[in-house]
This record gives sequence, structure tokens and C-alpha cells, in this order.
Amino acid sequence: MTLLLVALGAAVGAPLRYFTDRAVQARHDSVFPWGTLAVNVVGSLVLGLLLGGAAAGGIPAAVVTAVGVGFCGALTTYSTFGYETVRLAEGGSLLYGSANIVVSLAAGLGAAWLGLAVAGAIWT
Amino acid sequence: MTDPRSTLTTETGASPPMSALRTPTRPRVWDVTLTIAAGGALGAMARYGVATAWPHAPGAFPWATFGVNVLGCLLIGALMVVLTEIVGRPHRLTRPFLGVGILGGFTTFSTYAVEVDRLVAGGQLELALAYLFGTVAAALLAVQVGIVATRLATRALTLVLTRARTRKGTPA
Repeated sequence: MTLLLVALGAAVGAPLRYFTDRAVQARHDSVFPWGTLAVNVVGSLVLGLLLGGAAAGGIPAAVVTAVGVGFCGALTTYSTFGYETVRLAEGGSLLYGSANIVVSLAAGLGAAWLGLAVAGAIWT
Repeated sequence: MTDPRSTLTTETGASPPMSALRTPTRPRVWDVTLTIAAGGALGAMARYGVATAWPHAPGAFPWATFGVNVLGCLLIGALMVVLTEIVGRPHRLTRPFLGVGILGGFTTFSTYAVEVDRLVAGGQLELALAYLFGTVAAALLAVQVGIVATRLATRALTLVLTRARTRKGTPA
């Protein structure tokens, strides 16, 4: 049952990552992977909110499994982030590659922190 | 290939020429969507399995997420070499299924981010920094290793096959 919830959440999250990335990348002309950054930041925010709410007892475990493990886990990606960063660096954009690391980490951590903080404010 | 965007083929196939995004692929978009959904579900279930098998105590190094993300990066490096350098024209659903779906669903950024924040909140600043930067370093290295190892393996295999063929071809 738990595994099914993970699968269901991921079956929504993974295509949403694909279409978000395509939509974002179609709207600018730079080599910077804004699409992957966008899904990673949004997913981190949602997971922060969810786990913060769950820790305060406001969100049932089944929702955490489906939305947290399944949806947020599949919406966000480390493999694409890693691959794009290596390709940027390989392609001569060492600056873009480094910027991708710095911005992704800072924005991702910030988003997760914000989610946890907002959840704390809501549920306590 | 002078346009950097044309060489930067991402796992999600996000950087083709802009015009390609507006070509009438709409009627066939459903098979891509379902393929990614299926791959994503498989990848996420595998990640959940690893996380369940190697749970980490609060305040400990999240080895499960670390391992999943580094392994996923190794595999994406290998996959992209296979798809772009070895298989000339892969099936149009291969990359959506294996790359965007399975590997995208297997690896995760959100869990990583929350785990770093929780280590910081728990006063484990050193461990948080080690996990934060250790994952990035290992992941980027894994992508490179995946790329280089696959190229070398292909070269070695080609060499072995060519030798075997010439030996067979030469009269005794």
C-alpha cells in the first residue's frame, strides 16, 4: 500500500518535472538550466512544508508518503542537476556550471527551510 | 554544433531548438507522459526501497539519499553516452523512460535539501556541510565517471570485436 502511494505520487511528479522544464526552457535563450532549478526549488519548498506539518502532527503519514516521497521526490532530480552541471562545465561555461551549483544549493536549502518554517508557524 | 544549446542535451530533452517545441507533437504527447510516469514510479519505488533498507537516525549522515543520488548520477552519465554517442538514433521513448522517468524519479533534490536543513537545525553543522558538499562533489564525479567509463568500455569492446573479426577473416 505504501509502495503504491509512492508510485502514484511519482507518476504525477515525474511528468510534471518534464513539462515544467520544457515550459521554462522554452521561455529563455540562455544555457542556464532554469527548468531543473525551478522544479528542485518548488519540490524542496513543498517537502519542507509537508514534513514540517507532519512533524507537528498536522499531516497524515499517507499524505507524506504519496506527496513527500513520491511526488516531491520525483518532481525534483539530482541526476539531471548533476548531468547539466557537468555539461555546462564541459562546454566551457565553467562560470555557469559553478553558478548552477551555488544557486541550486542556496535556493533549494532556502526553499526547504522556508517550507519547514511556514509549516511550524501554521501548525504550532 | 556551434550553438551551445544544441550540445547541451539535458536529461529532460529541454534544450532542443525552440522551434522543435512548437512542432505538432501534441497528439503523441500522451505516450511520452505515460512513459515518464511509469519510469518515475519505478525509480521512486526503488528509492523508497533503499531508504527503507538503510534508514538513518536523526542527526546521522543520510547514506541512503547520498547513495541513491550518486548512483543515479553515475547511471545518467553512462546512459547519455549510450544514447548520444553509441546508439545512433535511440527509440523516442528510451530517454523519457530511463533518463527522465527512472533516474529522475530515483534521484531526489528535495529530500537532500530538507535533510541538510534538519542537520543544521539539529546543531550538526559540520555533518550538514559534509553532506551538502560531499553529495555535490560525489555526484559530479559520478557523472564524469559514468561518461568516461562508458566511453572506455565501448572502445575496448569495439577493439575486441574488431580483432576477433579480423582473426576470423585471415586465412590460416
